[in-house]
Amino acid sequence: MTSAAPAVPPVAWDNPIAGARRLANRIGTLCWVELRKIRHDRTELYTRAIQPALWLLIYGETFTHIHAIPTPKGISYLAYITPGILAQSALFIAIFYGIQIIWERDAGVLTKLMVTPTPRSALISGKAFAAGVRSLVQGVVIVVLAAILGVALTANPLKLAAAAVILVLGSAFFSCLSMSIAGIALARDRLMGIGQAITMPLFFSSSALYPTRLMPGWLQAISKVNPLTYQIEALRGLLIGMPTTLWLDTVVLAGATVASITCASLLLPRLANR
Amino acid sequence: MTAGAAEKAPGEITTQAVRCADLTYRFGTQTAVDHVDLSIAPGELFGLLGPNGAGKTTTIRMLTTLLKPATGTVSVSGIDAAAHPMQVRRLIGYVPQMLSADANLTGLENVELFARLFDVPRRTRKDRVATALAAMGLTEAGTRLAGTYSGGMIRRLELAQALVNAPRLLVLDEPTVGLDPIARGDVWDYIQRLRAEHQMTVLMTTHYMDEADAYCDRVSLMHRGTIRTTGRPADLRAGLGDGATLDDVFRHYTGDTLDNPPEEGGIRDVRRARRTARRLG
Repeated sequence: MTSAAPAVPPVAWDNPIAGARRLANRIGTLCWVELRKIRHDRTELYTRAIQPALWLLIYGETFTHIHAIPTPKGISYLAYITPGILAQSALFIAIFYGIQIIWERDAGVLTKLMVTPTPRSALISGKAFAAGVRSLVQGVVIVVLAAILGVALTANPLKLAAAAVILVLGSAFFSCLSMSIAGIALARDRLMGIGQAITMPLFFSSSALYPTRLMPGWLQAISKVNPLTYQIEALRGLLIGMPTTLWLDTVVLAGATVASITCASLLLPRLANR
Repeated sequence: MTAGAAEKAPGEITTQAVRCADLTYRFGTQTAVDHVDLSIAPGELFGLLGPNGAGKTTTIRMLTTLLKPATGTVSVSGIDAAAHPMQVRRLIGYVPQMLSADANLTGLENVELFARLFDVPRRTRKDRVATALAAMGLTEAGTRLAGTYSGGMIRRLELAQALVNAPRLLVLDEPTVGLDPIARGDVWDYIQRLRAEHQMTVLMTTHYMDEADAYCDRVSLMHRGTIRTTGRPADLRAGLGDGATLDDVFRHYTGDTLDNPPEEGGIRDVRRARRTARRLG
């Protein structure tokens, strides 16, 4: 620290290229924070592994044996639901971020972050991708677990990397959905209720556990507008080689993510200035 | 307006560190800040005094670019906060009322986070973080999780977070609220030392009249959104005669006491205080 008054640096956000670099820097910073937190406290990583483990071990194994749900040739039911459970785990993590941002508001942390030279959209994007980072670490645990249970997942590094991108995009979308709801609900307990109320419908109206063609018509319609379905279909295509339109899945997820970042950014002042 | 031009605004000999002109903010029909005019000179330790709900925090929120004024302007070193929020944020170190360090990160990481968010270049970052922690006497505690810190240590950590950007203006919202008397004295020692070493301007809000009296160069008494009087604490006391305290001055200008805060705006603060209590307790 110098004793002389610092010079005012130029504002990089005015210039698109410098602005993009600064945005990447903010996202990187908040992902770094998330990784440090995971490093300091891994208990959440373990406790959050219990539920997916139960889905795979008990539900997955049982339904594989009774052949209740038809799966494409050569793909066991356990393999079929692994991408679904992966996406579910990411969803449950992401939904928690709205609660976290309310906690940060209550603790004064949010205000402090908002007084740094970081536009609201960069702050939200940073948090969204931080959720992605946590989901990714959790995802590794689930993939290892599935591999131990004998699910044949792809070993192609490109496909694994693409699956990681899809997982991060899904987490970014759902964390922004959660942060948007936080901007409307404003209180932690209220958001916890809403979070509980929407996660299971999102999960059951997706193709996580059964092909959409087995659903009644009205549920199929809901499934079609549920981003979780697109995320799961993309993961299935990449991890277990089921046919899917990967570009469509990616475009829907990316579009939904951009829209939800915008929405959460617009609602952020409402949350911060209460 | 560019930042360079702001340093020497035409027609002004010295640029004020903070200037509020006709500043007004409304929550619905209630006017929280009512035509406030205020000037703080560079290097001053300025206190904004008043009970809960007086409009202090709302004024600070406009200054720190979190709220846009309904009418009037607020500028920092000549830069308009509403028009150029990003430039103004670079000049400010802000410590909110609540103890707000991230308990799940170490002291070091808490400060590094802010170094990154203020774009401190990578090659100087480590030094700057270490210097800021050392300035607050937290070098040894830096590797511990902030969750293990005492209240006074967290306040010092927050000061280190604010300092890592080498701000021109330090904004402290109720810096000693919730601290025990020893920690309060400790935090003040550090603030005083910072001022001496860095010629920083400090704007603080408080409702502790004794602290304002002891440490502030000048104070403004704020009540129900308006500034009732401004001056050096000693001059304000002298104006009322021998033996007058700053509490007496406040009562004289507002006809009210700090023990008897106004009804409006109270709920918000009560809610906030309760949250802090729940979190710390």
